[in-house]
Amino acid sequence: MDLSDGPEYATFRAELRAFLEAHGEEAPGRRGEIASVGSGALRAWQEKLIAHGYAARTIPKEYGGAGAEPDPLIATILSEEFGRAHVSRGVGGQGLDMLVPTLLEHGTEAQKRRYIPPTVRGEMIWCQGYSEPGAGSDLAALQTQGRVEGDEIVINGQKIWTSTAQYAQMMFALVRTEPDAPKHEGISYVLVPMETPGIDVRPLKTMTGHAEFNEVFFDDVRVPLANIVGRRGEGWKIANTTLRHERNMLGSAATSESLYEGALEVMREERVDDGRAIDDPVLRDRLMRLGAETLAMKCHAMRLLTARLRGETSGVAGLVSKLNGCQLNHDLAGLAIDAMGEAGALYRGSDRARDGGRWQFQYMFQLGLIIGGGTAQIQKNIIAERGLGMPREPKAVKAAAESAGKG
Amino acid sequence: MDFGLSEDQELLDQTVRRFLEERLPIARVREVVESGDGIDRGAWQALAELGVAGALVPETFGGAGLALLDAAVVATALGHGAAPLPFVGSAVLATLLLRDVADGELQTRWLPALAGGGARMGVAAAERVEARQDAGVVEDADGLSGTALFVLDGQGADAYWVLCGDDAHFVRAGAPGLGVKPLPTIDRTRWLVELDLRDVVPDASFRGVGAAIDRVLDAGRVVLAADILGSCDRALSLSVDYALARKQFGRPIATFQAVKHMCAEMAAAIEPARSLVWYAAHAWDALPAEAALTATLCKAHLSEVGHDVMRTATQVHGGIGFTDACDLQFWFKREGLSRQLLGGPGRLRAHAAALQGLG
Repeated sequence: MDLSDGPEYATFRAELRAFLEAHGEEAPGRRGEIASVGSGALRAWQEKLIAHGYAARTIPKEYGGAGAEPDPLIATILSEEFGRAHVSRGVGGQGLDMLVPTLLEHGTEAQKRRYIPPTVRGEMIWCQGYSEPGAGSDLAALQTQGRVEGDEIVINGQKIWTSTAQYAQMMFALVRTEPDAPKHEGISYVLVPMETPGIDVRPLKTMTGHAEFNEVFFDDVRVPLANIVGRRGEGWKIANTTLRHERNMLGSAATSESLYEGALEVMREERVDDGRAIDDPVLRDRLMRLGAETLAMKCHAMRLLTARLRGETSGVAGLVSKLNGCQLNHDLAGLAIDAMGEAGALYRGSDRARDGGRWQFQYMFQLGLIIGGGTAQIQKNIIAERGLGMPREPKAVKAAAESAGKG
Repeated sequence: MDFGLSEDQELLDQTVRRFLEERLPIARVREVVESGDGIDRGAWQALAELGVAGALVPETFGGAGLALLDAAVVATALGHGAAPLPFVGSAVLATLLLRDVADGELQTRWLPALAGGGARMGVAAAERVEARQDAGVVEDADGLSGTALFVLDGQGADAYWVLCGDDAHFVRAGAPGLGVKPLPTIDRTRWLVELDLRDVVPDASFRGVGAAIDRVLDAGRVVLAADILGSCDRALSLSVDYALARKQFGRPIATFQAVKHMCAEMAAAIEPARSLVWYAAHAWDALPAEAALTATLCKAHLSEVGHDVMRTATQVHGGIGFTDACDLQFWFKREGLSRQLLGGPGRLRAHAAALQGLG
């Protein structure tokens, strides 16, 4: 056990900190703000970050990245220091986090050269076309059809839960190109320009009152066969390599720590009946309970990072972060709301709402994340089956075999 | 940056586990707790030879000179085995009081004996944690008088530490005026006693050492949390094994999502708790500014995880889990005692808030 950085990492951290102090002001709004996606300011900031090796760090130079070796500790230091300084990490989103790793692993040279550099620069925004109304947890049941005609695929169907589709120039999508193949073997991974005729993007307003997602409809949308990544029918395998990246993104300990700090601030400042919320023993007990869980998740992230640095597999320990982290975040938002009493119900539109209704938004949005990116129940199946070696439900196995038999 | 056990710690873990599997399987634990005073003296002697009894004893006194993280690794293995051995009280709390609070003469006399497994000590710490109206020890010109409850590893001990306010008193077994009475709890794998003191004159007294005592109690909390962790590991593995073997509706119950999800919930609670135990032990060893708070939050958290895991594991076992014949009860009860010792979770969370200046 040694939690110090070690000399070369300490130097990296010190240089990064100095850079953020000197240049942090130039950064646009925080990462993740959809409005800033693709803006000129963001692109300029991204260029500066890449030049210093602070963004697109492990993407090869020939595709516009910084060309460094992957190093989980460097990645963690970057995440910690940008978070600490509240500075944008540059271009983010599913293009950089999910599509680029996929192309690097499975794409042709032409695909890599065409799509990775503009994505890295923030000029090409991507959305993910996976879920469908009839294919959520059972994603491989997807029915969006990709009929092959000559050197084109003709796409018909519907995708849902597509964030950033309204801004995106491109979508990476899963479509069924081999209707007669077994369920998991009939899917292809296709890159679809969003300006192609026949695509209709409709905002999907959620319970938060905002349209964080979209529905995307396809009506005879024609894209070249060359836009398939990997081979026809291999899309399921290819998508699975990147779904893992998404699960690591959701439920990160840094988010929980930041929500805990926020809830603590609320409890120190909110006064009801002449006392602060933090002086209420019941609320304080809840805060300490969630504080212990937050600390446990922080330690757990360090343990998983170490396992990667050591080149060890983390087993069942590596499967629980999304389930725990998302639930913890939801509980933290719920505590902050309760600490505010009646004022906790105020939302956007009220000038009395604390932080513009942030906590009610978080309470709803974090619940969405318990469901999205693999529901809590699917996570539990994964933990039980892959982590503990328990068998699949025989009925599910049988039904899968039957539907595969039918095609 | 290296957050995890070292190779030596992995080896220590395997050594203790293998020893317990061979020497103290659960059938043997059952024999031990149903006869005599509930301690397997032979096993403790053999573990002493492996360096376990003297894990925290400095090498100059014949011990292994290990850190609290090593002791936490041992405690997890002992919890996993529900081992009827005097570790938390004698080998951790009493040993640390001798090591960090006492002085030369007492150390020379007792630390080698503890490390060798020949001596055992009880620790009366309860009054330092929470005062009860029906107990308490006071000191006057004639010595110590009163009642000390929940004395860890006090059964058949050779000496006792009696903690009174900011003072620590060392009392030899058989001292005039000292009465020792068993205090049965739900857990039969570790025995508590009650001390009755009437003008007992201590062998030695250390005064104004409140901060050092608190630090020792924090170590005890980490080790109890580690013991709970081991109990949780065993409860989960017993549950998965049972679910794979038990058939209902013509198939193993492990194929039902209702059962799988209970097991997944246990694993999801246990793994981050393990990370927290390691961190709290390391903080006690190397990060003094964080040690007290992390030890406190760690014990509170493991107590909650422990209760959830034990309840869930019993439910996975169904009706059989409620019987005396089912081994799971040993871990259910061991966790039930650990949870209450040195501060239950509610009290510890209040303490954690106070440590941070909150409320």
